[in-house]
Amino acid sequence: MHIIDRRLNPSGKSLANRQRFMRRAKSLIRKAVHESTASRSIKDADEAGDVSLPAQDMHEPSFHGSATGGIRDHLLPGNKQYMEGDTIPRPPGGAGSAGAAGSPDGDGQDNFRFALSHNEFVELFLEDLELPDLAKRRVVDTESLSWERAGYSVSGSPANLALNRTVRNSLSRRIALHRPKTEELKALREQIRALAEGDPRRDELEEELDRKLRRTTLIPYIDPIDVRYRRFEANPKPVARAVMFCLMDVSGSMTEHMKDLAKRFYVLLYIFLRRKYERVEIVFIRHTHKASEVDEDKFFHSPETGGTVVSTALEEMRRVVTERFSPDAWNIYAAQASDGDNTASDNERTADLLTNCILPICQYYAYLEVGRDSEQFPPGFARRDSDLWQTYDNVCRPGAPMAMRKANHRRDIYPVFRELFARKQAPAAAEAA
Amino acid sequence: MNYINPNAVRPLFEGADWEFSTVQRAYDAIEGIALGELGLDIYPNQIDVIGTEQMLDAYSSIGMPLFYKHWSFGKHFARNEAMYRAGMQGLAYEIVINSNPCISYIMEENTATMQTLVIAHAAFGHNHFFKNNYLLKQWTDADSILDYLEFAKGYIAQCEEKYGETAVERLIDAAHALMSHGVHRYPRRRPADLRSEELRARERREHEERVFNDLWRTVPQKDGGKPDNSAEERRRALLQLPQENVLYLLEKIAPRLQPWQREVLRIVRNIAQYFYPQSQTKMMNEGCATYVHYRIMNRLHQKGLLTDGAMVEFLRSHTNVVFQPDFDDPRYSGINPYALGFAMMQDIERICTEPTAEDQQWFPAIAGSGDVMAVLRDCWANYRDESFILQFLSPRLIRHLGLFHVLDDANEPNLRVEAIHDERGYRKIRRALARQYDIAWTLPDIQVVDVNLETDRQLILHHRALNRVLLEERDARLVLQHLADLWGYDVLMREIDPATGSVLKEHAASSRPGIVHPNTN
Repeated sequence: MHIIDRRLNPSGKSLANRQRFMRRAKSLIRKAVHESTASRSIKDADEAGDVSLPAQDMHEPSFHGSATGGIRDHLLPGNKQYMEGDTIPRPPGGAGSAGAAGSPDGDGQDNFRFALSHNEFVELFLEDLELPDLAKRRVVDTESLSWERAGYSVSGSPANLALNRTVRNSLSRRIALHRPKTEELKALREQIRALAEGDPRRDELEEELDRKLRRTTLIPYIDPIDVRYRRFEANPKPVARAVMFCLMDVSGSMTEHMKDLAKRFYVLLYIFLRRKYERVEIVFIRHTHKASEVDEDKFFHSPETGGTVVSTALEEMRRVVTERFSPDAWNIYAAQASDGDNTASDNERTADLLTNCILPICQYYAYLEVGRDSEQFPPGFARRDSDLWQTYDNVCRPGAPMAMRKANHRRDIYPVFRELFARKQAPAAAEAA
Repeated sequence: MNYINPNAVRPLFEGADWEFSTVQRAYDAIEGIALGELGLDIYPNQIDVIGTEQMLDAYSSIGMPLFYKHWSFGKHFARNEAMYRAGMQGLAYEIVINSNPCISYIMEENTATMQTLVIAHAAFGHNHFFKNNYLLKQWTDADSILDYLEFAKGYIAQCEEKYGETAVERLIDAAHALMSHGVHRYPRRRPADLRSEELRARERREHEERVFNDLWRTVPQKDGGKPDNSAEERRRALLQLPQENVLYLLEKIAPRLQPWQREVLRIVRNIAQYFYPQSQTKMMNEGCATYVHYRIMNRLHQKGLLTDGAMVEFLRSHTNVVFQPDFDDPRYSGINPYALGFAMMQDIERICTEPTAEDQQWFPAIAGSGDVMAVLRDCWANYRDESFILQFLSPRLIRHLGLFHVLDDANEPNLRVEAIHDERGYRKIRRALARQYDIAWTLPDIQVVDVNLETDRQLILHHRALNRVLLEERDARLVLQHLADLWGYDVLMREIDPATGSVLKEHAASSRPGIVHPNTN
């Protein structure tokens, strides 16, 4: 008999099968991921997790008898009351007592939960999304230098001293120039000490020692010509610097439902940017009748209320841009969420600001209008567009870097988000390929 | 050597921890009992210690240590893993492979008691059954299965490289759908080789010479002879029709398959054939292993090699395994093969040692014979589930289990109790229960009956719908589609009532271009 310890064998033998399964189920898994984002709370939208796949879509068929019809025999244990010839009313559901015949393949038809790793989840979640036209803008001062090793040099700062190389040089020089070694000198001294005073050989040896000591001082242990420094070369790296402005209306007209929708939208945006673009700056601006730049925590969590003047948010954005993000050096994006209400007198000013100040400096401006969940209009009755929607609709001419969408329900958020940030060139590229 | 009293027997282990020397000691002790006292005959053993993930791996590839790659195994892995992680399903303590040497996987998480139990169960119980049962001997080649799987894995990986993963995947999908109908149920007649053919021809000639009588020449012949259906007959004989092994037929005569595709079908078919006897002997196999481990563990305890604590742990686990809930219990999900097998074997032990008058009447051959193991070894060697029940299910056990037979006729408004555990019912119940384990009754009887060679090469299948139980329609259509893809032309399946010969239902499928066969049509 052999006992073999296989615990240390490489695990993940089924990885290839898992990948095959994922590839096959990709469309299903993608759908499940998208659906799962609708039901998740805001906080764990970024978490990995289980998705539920409908079992029959990954079905492996086989010939087997149907569960109903025909004549069937059931052999059951645990008879307590029945006598031969008794009749039993057919239990609901058709197939024999207690479903004894079951389906012979043994697998139920329930959905089964499929655990995705964090990366698999996010990968599918953010698949095919990107910021449009990133780095299309001329990026003047946005080159960062990355330093890369490039051999050795004879000059440099002490911090970059290449110790190994220096000692190697010194060693070869010392060998070449016959610099006496410490051991040699020590041995010589021992020899001298061993000889009696006045021995003729002693003088000879002392002379030799002197000569060697002189040589030692003449040939230094480390000479400046030995010293080497690690050399670095600076490689300029173009960096797309980008900033995303998140503008959110938090005025009194926004119901909790609307705020929830808007927050969901920004959470998605936030996750997306953090995942895909490490270097994107995010500026949070919220507004009522006045606007202010806030931090992330306040933006998502702090309550505030008041009237609605949309132009204040745009003003604030313009202020931040002039102060910190010069349009020459930055790609600027903005996403605005609102219920579409605006003080009537402000519409003109908003349109003016947007057309003349904001859009010219923006790569992309996305507007999301959140609506009430209950707003169901009978067919044929178009819902009147909101003030802001009408205003923006005029601004949003073809060619303008702007997109507008509406969302009324949680489940709309993710599709709308995808529409706004879908990879624009993808279909064309796919056709070309 | 520092033990003081050489007669004092020390237990094999104390506590739950084990190491390799513990396993070795337990194995040696068990081997002594199994080979010496029970007279088992086994393949050499190999015991592999594995972890959870490896066990899940083994699960997903139907217990085999190596297997070709296919998405469905990934699916099973994902499902098992999810169930396991959610705590909905425990893992088996062991997996045993019918090969020579017999490989048993044991989990590292098991306690020392469980390892002992598992070795007794798998490495001796199952192992003995694998080596001795006639069905397994007839259909599986334990010496070469692992080599064959190695070959299959390599071959399919090569095909994937050469023809693309998608092409191979589609082919295997189709083959898997037909896997249950890719086995030979009976040994085929091998085509005779030249020498024996010659021998037979000579014998026939000699026979003719011996019985030659010139008078026969003068007997007037009937006009015309038989009606001329010989063309059809010849075609069917040539194609070996009717044929119930659908995969075999496709491999041999499907017109448009590439050689590598035929080889892949052959691999799937051979693996199905390997598992075919195991599905017919599941109840006996588990019963055998359970009976063996029960005997061995009790004997170890008797000898003082197991502590009382370990024995209680074992009994707890054993009781769970052989638990049979009643039909009205929410936990009921069919008859537990472990429970039935173990109960029948214990019953045989009782009949051999303490027979009642009833047993004398029912089992005159074994009642009171005394030698339990000889009788059981004979059962294990020469029966399968169906014949074993038919032969050995005793009235006492029927009473004990409270078995009853319910007839469910879809044409009747109510179910009817046909038989219960009484004098009139025993034989009926025994026959009916045996039938549930008869693969001919449980698997639909599907045969390829004809190929329309002259016209459109349509493949015609018949399903003889036993008791008018039709095929599950959605699945049947899907499988038929796979079949049509493999065949390359149209496929027609008739479901036939064997009682009247009338056609109950028809399904048809046409080959989709570009699935198995390239688009050039």
